Amino acid sequence: MGGAPVRHPDGGRGIESNFMPKGRVSIFVTCIVDQVFPKVGLAMAEVLEHAGYEVDFPRAQTCCGQPAFNSGYRDEARQVARHFLDVFQGAEYIVVPSGSCAAMISHHFADLGLSTQNIEGRTLEFSEFLTNVAKVDDVGARYNATVTYHDSCHALRELKIKDGPRRLLANVKGLTLREMDAAEECCGFGGTFSVKFPEISGAMARTKIDSILKTEATTVVSIDSSCLMQLEGAIRRAGLPIRTMHLAEILASR
Amino acid sequence: MSTAPEKIKDTIANADLQKAIYTATGRLMSHRAASIAPDALDGYQELRTAAHEIKRHAIENLDYYLEQFERNVASHGGKAVFCADANDVADFVLDLAKKRGAHLIVKSKSMTTEEIDLNERLEHHNLESVETDLGEYILQLAHQRPYHIVAPALHMTRYEVADLFTERLGTEREVVIEKQTKIARSVLREKFLAADIGISGANFLVADSGAVVVVENEGNARLTTSAPKIHIAIAGIEKLIPRAQDLPLFLKLLGRSATGQAMTVYTSFLAGPRREDEIDGPDEFYVVLLDNGRTKLLADPMKRESLFCIRCGACLNHCPVYRKIGGHNYPWIYSGPIGKIITPQFHGVMHDPWLPFASSLCGACAEVCPVKIDIPKLLLQLRTEVVEAKSQEGQGGSERRGFRMYAWLMRHPKLFRIFGKIGAKFSPHPREGAWIRRLPRFMRVGPLRNWIAQRDLPPPAKKSFHDLWRKR
Amino acid sequence: MMNRVRAALGRTAGQPPTPPPPVTLRTRNLNASERVEVFVQQFEKLNGKVVRVRSRSDAGTAVRDLMNGQMAVASNSPFLHECGVANLAGVRTGFTSRDELRAACAEAAFGITSADHALAETGTLVLISSPREARLISLLPPAHIAVIAASTILSDLDELLKRSPEPAKVSSSTVFITGPSRTADIEQILVRGVHGPGEIHAVIVEGEE
Repeated sequence: MGGAPVRHPDGGRGIESNFMPKGRVSIFVTCIVDQVFPKVGLAMAEVLEHAGYEVDFPRAQTCCGQPAFNSGYRDEARQVARHFLDVFQGAEYIVVPSGSCAAMISHHFADLGLSTQNIEGRTLEFSEFLTNVAKVDDVGARYNATVTYHDSCHALRELKIKDGPRRLLANVKGLTLREMDAAEECCGFGGTFSVKFPEISGAMARTKIDSILKTEATTVVSIDSSCLMQLEGAIRRAGLPIRTMHLAEILASR
Repeated sequence: MSTAPEKIKDTIANADLQKAIYTATGRLMSHRAASIAPDALDGYQELRTAAHEIKRHAIENLDYYLEQFERNVASHGGKAVFCADANDVADFVLDLAKKRGAHLIVKSKSMTTEEIDLNERLEHHNLESVETDLGEYILQLAHQRPYHIVAPALHMTRYEVADLFTERLGTEREVVIEKQTKIARSVLREKFLAADIGISGANFLVADSGAVVVVENEGNARLTTSAPKIHIAIAGIEKLIPRAQDLPLFLKLLGRSATGQAMTVYTSFLAGPRREDEIDGPDEFYVVLLDNGRTKLLADPMKRESLFCIRCGACLNHCPVYRKIGGHNYPWIYSGPIGKIITPQFHGVMHDPWLPFASSLCGACAEVCPVKIDIPKLLLQLRTEVVEAKSQEGQGGSERRGFRMYAWLMRHPKLFRIFGKIGAKFSPHPREGAWIRRLPRFMRVGPLRNWIAQRDLPPPAKKSFHDLWRKR
Repeated sequence: MMNRVRAALGRTAGQPPTPPPPVTLRTRNLNASERVEVFVQQFEKLNGKVVRVRSRSDAGTAVRDLMNGQMAVASNSPFLHECGVANLAGVRTGFTSRDELRAACAEAAFGITSADHALAETGTLVLISSPREARLISLLPPAHIAVIAASTILSDLDELLKRSPEPAKVSSSTVFITGPSRTADIEQILVRGVHGPGEIHAVIVEGEE
């Protein structure tokens, strides 16, 4: 497996030079992680390196086009998607810390009439990559807390991701995983839905939070930062002592 | 309506109503789940696929099956009546009622008849038309629309029902639900036995049999279709299925998806007026085949799958938006996810341009639809059509400019990063670890204002991932 | 309207349909004794009451006991006659007039019928309208008693439609009855006996063929 990351002479980070990486992955951190939750991206990179992969970050990346696509602006979405395809051309794997962005790329680029043959099957949500490609269930993490998992809608229903993250969490030392009744219910983000229909969105978040409270978990985990932003925003507004963590952050905890 | 109804806020603020909607739909969800679990039903997913394929076939060959249906209805002594719209249906019923000297009509539950406001039209001409499904009867007394496809009076309490009965029926105030039911039963029994015409809906029209299938739990549809001398079934043309032998498949899916029942209490397969030697049953049998805009949906190859709907209500039950706003905040009588996709198709996307956007695209509806209608895909398509229509009408310019700018920025990574830095610099920065609760006045607009109204907003990171990665 | 439909689909008059997908009929194919056991189990789950007897005359006795001195209307089913139901005190039968039948049903405490088929998987009784079985007998009175031979019971609806693919040829009305009438329209509270019978009984004659 991986050795400890070391500083290379060029200032970058890599895996110990006498170790052969299992492969190379390009990460698409998503615009929200880049601008608001960068630690999620760093955690993801750490976990991937620890799992034995060389991590590449194509600098010119920006967004997947989902906001425009979901709002009915297909031309604009296509332009952004084309840029994405240019940036990630030649990538062996594209790993994304978001189910909705990964689904946009792997399922909806085709709806925009774009040829996705270069990235066919190569774009994976982070937990999917770990369980299906790296084939690891246990990344040697430790996180002492009672945690409940929120199924992000796109991950659950478009990418069929359900057991993978739970297995990864179950293997985290010190972590107790409790299921909430409303695990599969939408958090209410839905992109522009959250600001076009704020009352409905807010009410949906509060229903999720009630369900989280019933589990008595101190932390809610998801594989999607937009869900976490929605939930944490509502949690803080309600003054509740619940943390939100991205799966990557938990898996990077030692 | 051009924007979402204001009363959505009232619905959300009404704690009792929220609880009623959430628990009723939650119960229907868990009944459904139990009835389709592997230990209760073999191969549920295959059944969905088979149903989707058969519906697709029936819809794509609808002219053929309509003609076959018409012939078979006639062969049993009945008559199929094609009606283009609500007026045609009303004219037909009124004409027949006049010819037969009919005054009293009993009706069993039919969303299609609500769609065309049939009762209102009949009452205008002094025909008494009584709803006999308990929930619909209550709504008729209260002059309200159904709240849910399968549980029409979901939003009412027993106390409201008690008040209603006392006021409208003159009975003594009764709050015990079982007794309320008995009151309705005896009032309606008289109507059934005195009615001249029974009007029902149809869950399925069976082309190879010229038969109408009506599914229910109460028995009012059986009475409606068996007691009066005339039976009129009113159904949208999309209700056709090719063969009687397709019924086990559809019935398996309908009952389970709607209420978690393997079979509803009564399923009636009705083919024509009573035969010569039968003792009872109607003397006359009509099937009204309604268009009312369905041929418009039919014409769109991608969106015509909206017509596969078997009106089970599962999408409503699972929709997190429906579970918050309930059935009365949708612009038409069809609510929930199915309502969201058919309303714009029947009425035009600019009639209620907000509707396709009132969804987080969570996909729960598509997951449970027994005939696999891809509702999120159709919502996305409709959103594109709204944007297009707005553009043609010269509306929505600022949003369009916003997205053009977004697309331009995202194609210019260096500028995107500069923009991000500016945003980070000028954003309010609460103390370390805190999120933004209040915005400076100049920022209290549009999306930001709407976000902050409900939740705290995270501040942009001082250093973006780009910055931090470079430092590694 | 047909023109609008054809125009929408891009089809022409008289154009044959595309090949239909195959019929999906999957029967559980239970054996004779399983059918009875599963039927009883399902029927009782729905709050139906079952009496199992070994002979037609025992069936008649069972019906008499259920009636408990009250009035009933019985259908003209030959099987009911064989079970002696027609001769029981308080039973009115032999109706051929719709109006007389209706009047009698309105006063009766029980409607007694046989059944053309029964479906084990769902505990369903299948009543086909005919000179032997009128529609309203199993519908108007507040309680319904169905007397059937065990051999009437099939596995499921799939099996029935496999055997009889053309129910419309046989009768104007085939009704599938699965449990007593019910509603949950008010506050989702279950109430039985809304419009149809609130009580349903099955008397099953086994052994005698």
